[in-house]
Amino acid sequence: MMGKIHIRHGRVIDPANEIDRIGSVYIADGKIASVAEEPAGFKADIVIDASNQIVCPGFIDLSVRLREPGHSRKATFKTETRAAASAGVTTMCLQPDTNPVIDTAAVAELIKELAEKANYPQIYPIAALTQKLEGNELSSMLALKEAGCIAVSNANQPIRNLLILRRAMEYAASHDLLLMFRPNDYWLGNNGCAHEGAVATRYGLPSIPDAAETIALDQCLELAELTRCRVHFGQISCKRSVIKIHQANKYGLNVSADVSIHQLHLTENDIKPFDSAYHVLPPFRTEADKQYLRQGLASGTISSICSDHQPHDIDAKLGAFPETDPGVSSLETLLPLMLKLVSQHAITMEQGIAALSEQPARILQLRSGALTPGFPADVCVFDPDMDWQINKQNWHSRGVNTPFWNQTFKGRVTHTLQAGKVIFCVPSYR
Amino acid sequence: MTDNLQLNAEGKLKHFLTIEGLSQALLTEILDTAESFVGVSDQQIKKVPLLRGKTIVNLFFENSTRTRTTFELAAKRLSADVLSMSIATSSTSKGESLLDTIRNLEAMFVDMFVVRHAISGAAHFIAQHTAPHISVINAGDGQHAHPTQAMLDMFTIRQIKKDFAPLRVAIIGDILHSRVARSQIQALNALGTAEVRVIAPKTLLPAHVETLGVTVSHNLTEGLQDIDVIIMLRLQKERMTSALLPSESEYFKCFGLTESKLKIAKPDAIVMHPGPINRGVEIESNVADGPQSVILKQVSNGIAVRMAIMSMAMQPHGVS
Repeated sequence: MMGKIHIRHGRVIDPANEIDRIGSVYIADGKIASVAEEPAGFKADIVIDASNQIVCPGFIDLSVRLREPGHSRKATFKTETRAAASAGVTTMCLQPDTNPVIDTAAVAELIKELAEKANYPQIYPIAALTQKLEGNELSSMLALKEAGCIAVSNANQPIRNLLILRRAMEYAASHDLLLMFRPNDYWLGNNGCAHEGAVATRYGLPSIPDAAETIALDQCLELAELTRCRVHFGQISCKRSVIKIHQANKYGLNVSADVSIHQLHLTENDIKPFDSAYHVLPPFRTEADKQYLRQGLASGTISSICSDHQPHDIDAKLGAFPETDPGVSSLETLLPLMLKLVSQHAITMEQGIAALSEQPARILQLRSGALTPGFPADVCVFDPDMDWQINKQNWHSRGVNTPFWNQTFKGRVTHTLQAGKVIFCVPSYR
Repeated sequence: MTDNLQLNAEGKLKHFLTIEGLSQALLTEILDTAESFVGVSDQQIKKVPLLRGKTIVNLFFENSTRTRTTFELAAKRLSADVLSMSIATSSTSKGESLLDTIRNLEAMFVDMFVVRHAISGAAHFIAQHTAPHISVINAGDGQHAHPTQAMLDMFTIRQIKKDFAPLRVAIIGDILHSRVARSQIQALNALGTAEVRVIAPKTLLPAHVETLGVTVSHNLTEGLQDIDVIIMLRLQKERMTSALLPSESEYFKCFGLTESKLKIAKPDAIVMHPGPINRGVEIESNVADGPQSVILKQVSNGIAVRMAIMSMAMQPHGVS
């Protein structure tokens, strides 16, 4: 028996339904009951006063690692779902590079179980495209889909043989599975750890040219046309990727793209000398790339923002830069960094919220990401003006690997509701 | 992005990790200090008591004979106690073990680490994590920096050419993989050299190499015009197997320094090489052993320059 919840006096922004007004959201039986009139006989068990706050759909994150199963030293479902809840994230897609890899129904089921146990059921495993992500043999995609996988992906592992990629895409298309693809040519990537540019040259760091991304993207676009597989490009990092995706859409290909939130803010020039917190893949690129990514987001070529959350244990980041593990613990900076884009006039508030809710829901074909009556009541309430510092007291993720540590941000989630259940309420808030 | 890590609050040298971010005045001070140490090696008793009672550990995670030997001699001539450790590491070895090695040695009351490591940034990493009283000298990290080698090269150039301002310096060969080249370029630019030119095929140049403050040539014959100082770099054999070059012989034909090519440079041009030399690959024996070569002078200068850097880095924390 779920309670009835009334969120009132908030600025309700629901891009999917073109709503932006001060008002109420009524929730009953875990679903949105109304965003307009009070439903007849509605008696709230919980009232949330959202004065001076924004009420919007809960965020849907297209790419996270929660480190279970297999790497619980880095993080667990318990710690990371808590981080997600505190960040307003109500749905997450889990990359298949767990240990064991998500290439059997049993592992997918284990993940659903872990999610239930963590009281955060809305975690969707992404199935491995190839067995063990080795790029050689197809995974049992249908069984994985039936076990709850929402898409297929080879994570960051290469598929060196294009014939195998072609067949994998054909097979995925046969079962109407979405391919989530992070474009990176294995050979051109050359085990690099930084963008091939002035900074890598100065520091003598093994580097990755943007062509490693765009060539792999081109190949996948050609195969998307050949196989009619639905493709979503994840974590795009450079200017020419944005141009190519724009052209592909104009041409009529059914492809979409996301960008990870930190790529919209940091460039190679921000890398502090050999600071492993800045070691990410794809690497931070140039100012021009960053501006293009922002424009791509504003124009809709890039429809979604993901966190690309990758929590690490301290040891994984303790070493000389090229030897450290790449990735940022980024769930909790997702909203404040999105709001920073709004305050810098790169995108509007509606675009920012849509890129975190309506758009990823559309890509995943989920009935969520909007405050439509009848949809699951996934709601994020945030105070856009609240200042808070990224520090030990406020941080939930086990991974403290973020270049933003100790920085103060504007905008903090106060309440998160998942399917009508309050899963987070900021301690300092009424 | 400056590198303040290597300077203390008074702007004095604490660590010596890279040339980047060091002023012309500080580099000149290093060269002047080295000058004062040149005589020490000629004395009957080749020692000064500057670092008496100090313990220096040479940590070589990568093989090197010459650099390690000159560091060892430099430390001994400063009267320090010195211990050299060669630590073989696989490429998969992790930061934990590196840090553990450092922590263990710290516990033995070491005052200075001289570090060579195959990964860019290793010396920075150690400097960031070691106890505050310990100084770290970078003896070469990956493809990043080899600042003491660059300073001994600067010392040698100054000995012969006196002033950097009018000089045109050519660095020839594998710039892409060379920590020596990166440090030399930074030092030459900081010291006000008129032109630093890199000469190499595109496969051996890093992306946007011009952002390092150099002009670029892909042709040795053209590139050697008007050059006062020629610095040859060693060509590693593995460059051929990774498709960066077709063959040693073709490389020698295009970029090898021969007597006839040397004639294109200024008549008083000097020839330098950080060693070890591949005779017949990047340089002809006649040139390496010829009158314009200062290669062995570089080696002897290495001791005085390293004495200067070690003594300066130890100065701020209590050497009388």
